[in-house]
Amino acid sequence: MHAHLLSVLIWLPIGAGIAVLLLGDRYIAAGRWLALAASVATLVVSLLMLAAFSTQTAAYQFVETTAWIPRFNAFYALGVDGISLPLVVLTAVMTVPVVIAGWTVIKVRVAQYFAAFLIMEGLMIGVFSATDALLFYFFWEAMLIPMFLIIGIWGGPRRVYATIKFFLYTFLGSVFMLVALIYMYVKVGNYAIASFQALPLTLVEQRWIFFAFLLAFAVKVPMWPVHTWLPDAHVEAPTGGSVILAAIMLKMGGYGFLRFSLPITPDACRELNMLIITLSLIAVIYIGLVAIVQADMKKLIAYSSIAHMGFVTLGAFVVYEIVRATGQTQGAGMGMDGAMVQMVSHGLISGALFLCVGVLYDRVHSREISAYGGVVNTMPIFASFMVMFALANAGLPGTSGFVGEFLVILATFKASFWYSTLAAVTLILGASYTLWMVKRVVFGPVANDHVAQLTDLNGREFLILGTLAVLVLVVGIWPAPLLRIMEPSIHHLVIQAVASKIPL
Amino acid sequence: MTYWHSISPAIPEIYLGCAICVVLLFEVFVGLKRPGATSTLTLIILAVGAALTLRYSNVSQHTVLFDGNYVVDPLAFVLKIAGFLFAAMALIYSRLYLENRNILRGEYDVLSLTALLGIFVLISANSLITVYMGVELLALSLYAMVAFDRESGVAAEAAMKYFVLSALASGTLLYGMSIVYGLTGTLDLEAIAIQLHSPTSLGVILGLAFIVVAVAFKLGTVPFHMWLPDVYEGAPTSVTMFIGTVPKIAYFALTLRLLAHGLAGTSADWTLMLTPLAVLTLIVGNVLAIVQSNIKRLLAYSTIGNVGFIVLGFVAGTPNGYTAALYYTLVYVLMVGGSFGVVLLMSRKGFEADKLDHFKGLYQRDPLLALVMLGLMFSTAGVPPFVGFWAKLRIFQVLWETNHLWLVVIAAAMSVVGAFYYLRIVKLMYFDAPPENLPATLRPHGARLALGLNAAAVLLLGILPGPLLDLCGRLIH
Repeated sequence: MHAHLLSVLIWLPIGAGIAVLLLGDRYIAAGRWLALAASVATLVVSLLMLAAFSTQTAAYQFVETTAWIPRFNAFYALGVDGISLPLVVLTAVMTVPVVIAGWTVIKVRVAQYFAAFLIMEGLMIGVFSATDALLFYFFWEAMLIPMFLIIGIWGGPRRVYATIKFFLYTFLGSVFMLVALIYMYVKVGNYAIASFQALPLTLVEQRWIFFAFLLAFAVKVPMWPVHTWLPDAHVEAPTGGSVILAAIMLKMGGYGFLRFSLPITPDACRELNMLIITLSLIAVIYIGLVAIVQADMKKLIAYSSIAHMGFVTLGAFVVYEIVRATGQTQGAGMGMDGAMVQMVSHGLISGALFLCVGVLYDRVHSREISAYGGVVNTMPIFASFMVMFALANAGLPGTSGFVGEFLVILATFKASFWYSTLAAVTLILGASYTLWMVKRVVFGPVANDHVAQLTDLNGREFLILGTLAVLVLVVGIWPAPLLRIMEPSIHHLVIQAVASKIPL
Repeated sequence: MTYWHSISPAIPEIYLGCAICVVLLFEVFVGLKRPGATSTLTLIILAVGAALTLRYSNVSQHTVLFDGNYVVDPLAFVLKIAGFLFAAMALIYSRLYLENRNILRGEYDVLSLTALLGIFVLISANSLITVYMGVELLALSLYAMVAFDRESGVAAEAAMKYFVLSALASGTLLYGMSIVYGLTGTLDLEAIAIQLHSPTSLGVILGLAFIVVAVAFKLGTVPFHMWLPDVYEGAPTSVTMFIGTVPKIAYFALTLRLLAHGLAGTSADWTLMLTPLAVLTLIVGNVLAIVQSNIKRLLAYSTIGNVGFIVLGFVAGTPNGYTAALYYTLVYVLMVGGSFGVVLLMSRKGFEADKLDHFKGLYQRDPLLALVMLGLMFSTAGVPPFVGFWAKLRIFQVLWETNHLWLVVIAAAMSVVGAFYYLRIVKLMYFDAPPENLPATLRPHGARLALGLNAAAVLLLGILPGPLLDLCGRLIH
């Protein structure tokens, strides 16, 4: 019965999205409910899959394979393991609040708004569950189209600049990844990711492929110095766009490093890991400093996202330094565990924070920190949520933000005291930029008439933020189930990542 | 072989020749009184022609007729069917446009058919003479079509430019052919292929250089591309669409039959000549397209950029490379035909929608047309799930197979540059508000249905690219 669950997860939202599009703005009431029903149904199916997932094996589960392009030996091949499943579920979880958050706020081209997000959801799940590189690339690129439209149509004043920048940056990165994939296809004769992972490659080849992947994934993550599209895109995107962008699309870069870079080019990764570690530490510290001085809330959270994603790349690549320092692979996967938890946690927290900013923006129509002050006086419930998510963003123990960062810092400590010291600076920086923002927005006396007239959360907003808050706490207090799901796959990945692929 | 069998595979050309006479007479006796009747008749003729081709020209193997001057093979069969299809598409899209400009006359259909006949001759050419006949028949029809709107000075100027430059290219082609003939003593392409081997003499290289220049001119590769933007801009849009679509099939066939088959022995030399041309074409086409403000000029430079990709397929110099070039050509014609279709439907009586600004807010004025254009633009940019992606992928693949690292990198980089101006059109349509004074778009049912099918094909072939890829592979191998 589980044979086609992944196909359902991909095509149900896409089909529903097309249906909403066809219903059009005239029947938007039906369209809204259809969108909600589809996103909830997708969530339910993804939870069913989570329940049926076996934590005993690193092999792909819920596998589907159908011939797609016989000439290229390309298959419509789907499957999830411990690395992709959490991200698939995260995608399904985060789309529901996006649909609910857009319920009344979006006023123009409503049907297309919901359709775009549903189609995006299907495509993103496709990215995480494709086990054929060509299919992966197909979803990976196709996703750019709805995102391009989402930012460009419903975004802020500079939306056109932001969306074209976003598209071209990611397109540039991806095209070179495609070139690398084709290179391996020509050598091996099919597009299965597993056969790329098994393909012996000389160090020179690995280096080229590594850089091609780096270009694609670093832009998506985004890593310093190719991060500049993200603040622009976030600031100009509508709330739902920001949530999807931060919560899921950035994770595709991290997922790419874990699924492609480490297993396919392990020797190049070992050789060049200091490059990634350095870029990650720059992201953590420099971008953290940049975040402090932001005057725009969305921009601040965007920069904070870059800093937090620095932990993901740091955790993924520190494995080589751990092996070098300790001489054994035992426990070397801790950094990857941390990277994965950090991805899930950042998905929840950044999504929630963008939703919080959205709540304020819907009422006051400003994202400037200086336009607020004393929000707690008029919106006490909202304020408590915002403070909680802010603390989670700063890495408060007991929230999911702590688990990921702590695991990565701990793993880094095994490699080198100094790296972990530098990485730990984020705990200070994160606290400074987030809490300072909260202080200026939420606390203090009521700053102006706009704030004085604010009304607290309505039921819909409460439901979304409440659910996310519960999830953040659950992952923070009891991360064991999440870690157990990932365990066999991470273990397998560490073995792949440290084994040499250079032909003798 | 009976007498009938010795001519039956050539039915498409024979039929077209007769049909052209019928259309001419029909125009004189009926068409003048009832404008549009000839156009309908032409569509019927094209449909019957496709049916006859299916029946008689559907050969399973390489068949040579007329003393080695003419060849039919599965490739020729498929290309002719594609020719009928795309010519019909071009006529359906342009009908209302022509009517609004009072140039919906039978001669237009006749010229389209003679051009098509030239295309067929080129597709089936197996000797230098047949090649030249095809090239000239096609080119002469196109000159007349460009100048068809005789009240338009710009069109006359474009036709003049086209004629002068193209005549020069024909001269080059003839000169090259005469050298090859002088050295081999035969006009038959198959015999030439047997006689010419690497390493080749200086004389062969000289002849080859002239032929390559002529082919490069016809394809529109840099630096022989200068005619293309001017002709595209000056000609009536319906003619631009015709020039931009159906003849590309013929020029693909020309390159394949003449260079890849006839001069196969010198492939090392002509790939060397084509490589810099391909690189220049990619760069100039894509970069100059960015600064255009006229949609027809933009599509002209986009054509140049895409021709660069097609030439890259030939540069690979392997059957897989030719397959990739064939696939790219067919896909490209499908996409650019649709794009021009949109431009044609945006134009009105007395209003030419040829500025990029005319796309502003198209979404609000005509959502369906905007959606079609959106798909076509993303497809041309090479973004999945549209078919244009597979065309580019195929080219990258063959370049890797033949170890052309730098060509892959340049092609990849240029496809990103290209994405920019396609995105700009999407931006104009979807993100900008419509100006006050633009007239409404045209809504003829037939053309819109055809356009819808065209866009659906671009999407469907993108999601399930297998069959067409297989077909192209089978045709070349």
